[in-house]
Amino acid sequence: MTRIVVIGAGPAGLAAAASASQSGADVTVVDEGERPGGQFWRHHPDFTDPRLQHQLGRFASLQQALKNVRMLSSASVWRVEAGTPLRVHALVGSVDAAQRRGETLEADAVILATGAHDRVLPVPGWTLPGVTSAGAVQALAKRDGIALGTRTVVAGAGPFLLPVAQSVAILGGEVVEVVEAASVRTLLAGWGRRPWELGAAAGKAGELSSYVGTLLKHRTPYRLGSAVTRIHGTSSVEAVTVQRIDADWRPVAGTERTVECDTVALGHGFTPRLEAAIQFGCAITHDRFVQVDGQQLTSIPGVHAAGEITGIGGADAALAEGAIAGLAAAGVPEADLRYREPLGARRRMHAFAERLKTHGIRSGWTSWLDDDTVVCRCESVTRGTIVEYADASARGMRLATRAGLGPCQGRTCGRSVEDIIGASESRFDRRPVLSSVRIGELAAHRASTPNTTAEGESA
Amino acid sequence: MSTVHITFDGERLSGREGQSIGGILLANGHRTWRTAAGSERGIFCGIGICQDCVVTVNGVEGVRACQRTACEGDAVEREERA
Repeated sequence: MTRIVVIGAGPAGLAAAASASQSGADVTVVDEGERPGGQFWRHHPDFTDPRLQHQLGRFASLQQALKNVRMLSSASVWRVEAGTPLRVHALVGSVDAAQRRGETLEADAVILATGAHDRVLPVPGWTLPGVTSAGAVQALAKRDGIALGTRTVVAGAGPFLLPVAQSVAILGGEVVEVVEAASVRTLLAGWGRRPWELGAAAGKAGELSSYVGTLLKHRTPYRLGSAVTRIHGTSSVEAVTVQRIDADWRPVAGTERTVECDTVALGHGFTPRLEAAIQFGCAITHDRFVQVDGQQLTSIPGVHAAGEITGIGGADAALAEGAIAGLAAAGVPEADLRYREPLGARRRMHAFAERLKTHGIRSGWTSWLDDDTVVCRCESVTRGTIVEYADASARGMRLATRAGLGPCQGRTCGRSVEDIIGASESRFDRRPVLSSVRIGELAAHRASTPNTTAEGESA
Repeated sequence: MSTVHITFDGERLSGREGQSIGGILLANGHRTWRTAAGSERGIFCGIGICQDCVVTVNGVEGVRACQRTACEGDAVEREERA
């Protein structure tokens, strides 16, 4: 029986586990959450407003299909090893507890479904209380049933801003404005091109029009070609500057407006969580996703990948890719009819994913930073300090400035630092330890496995 | 729906069973619970990535408030980073 380990229990991971299990494989899902679902199905059964959670029916049917799957929740993967067998090391226990239990899983195939997190571009004032990622607004609304403030500005880029604005409205908050970086012209060029391809992603279009309907109902302005370029306040957020930006995202002088608010939700796109794939040795594409073939197989034998780490495409693309990866990892031959439905869905959703690139970050954003704007939130490193060491080696700059050396290990600031110094290649994607591990836990692991090759770098 | 109680620097707070520590702090009007280089921090990413919201829970440092589900009697304390 093929032993398969799936890393991640969001849409891609659950779809992969379901199809692999139904194809006869012995499947274990390892996930850091307390409950399966990932960031997409983050609802709490007791107190999530049902209007906030999409595709609950799909979630329920997937769970039915997971009867024979071992679900290892509250498990953080901190190391993976290629080879025969493949190995996945996890720490299992309450979030950030002091003595979690170590578990090593051996597998014939691994499916990486580690997902993505918000990319938030630094803005002067973004460390003020009341500023969060757009994803935080969603997570708090779904998981905890709470709204962050009373007057919220939602800003950044991409259609994900719309469900965030809708969540705020559903929980009774006021969305003062939604501020989108892409201009009308860019949107029409991106989304208006070959519209028949999108017709196939009809469910998506319906979902988007429901968000726009919510904005209209609440008379919320949707500002295009604009950005929040400054956040004001003394002890917490009091207002933002909304400004027009050009096609390269450079602020246009003289277009500043002040908008009063107590909460700002920022999301400029997503960063894929690549570290496990990189540790396996998987090839990464030039636009920094995991490279996969038609069967979702990476460049490493036995290692498949699905969902946002292979390209930002949303939950529907992730579900299709996961289903394909699960079949392939379980050894179902390529010509099998079970591939037909997910292959079609993947093709349709990739047309949607292509359009998301319309909202991609442009390099001019760095010109809205001041020298004293904090870029690395963990270590409070400013733009000025980063620029001072721009010509140093990757390691030299990190040691001199400490940018990216804090507890988040550059997950929040890494790509922004690269933009600021104009780095030609990734400086922060590679991480020797994949999640936060306490030194004592690392020591316990080494004591129990004398032949381990774990490197001595701490998390 | 059952209620859960925690303390935050000695102040007794209540929340709904299943809520995160961060959710309970926010629901009780606390927007920040940590200082970094002198500035106040609380929830930022909300999904366990940024580590901005860490608190000390029952004497254990560095616990992400947005990820840890509150347990009855949890003693939560502020943290400070230079």
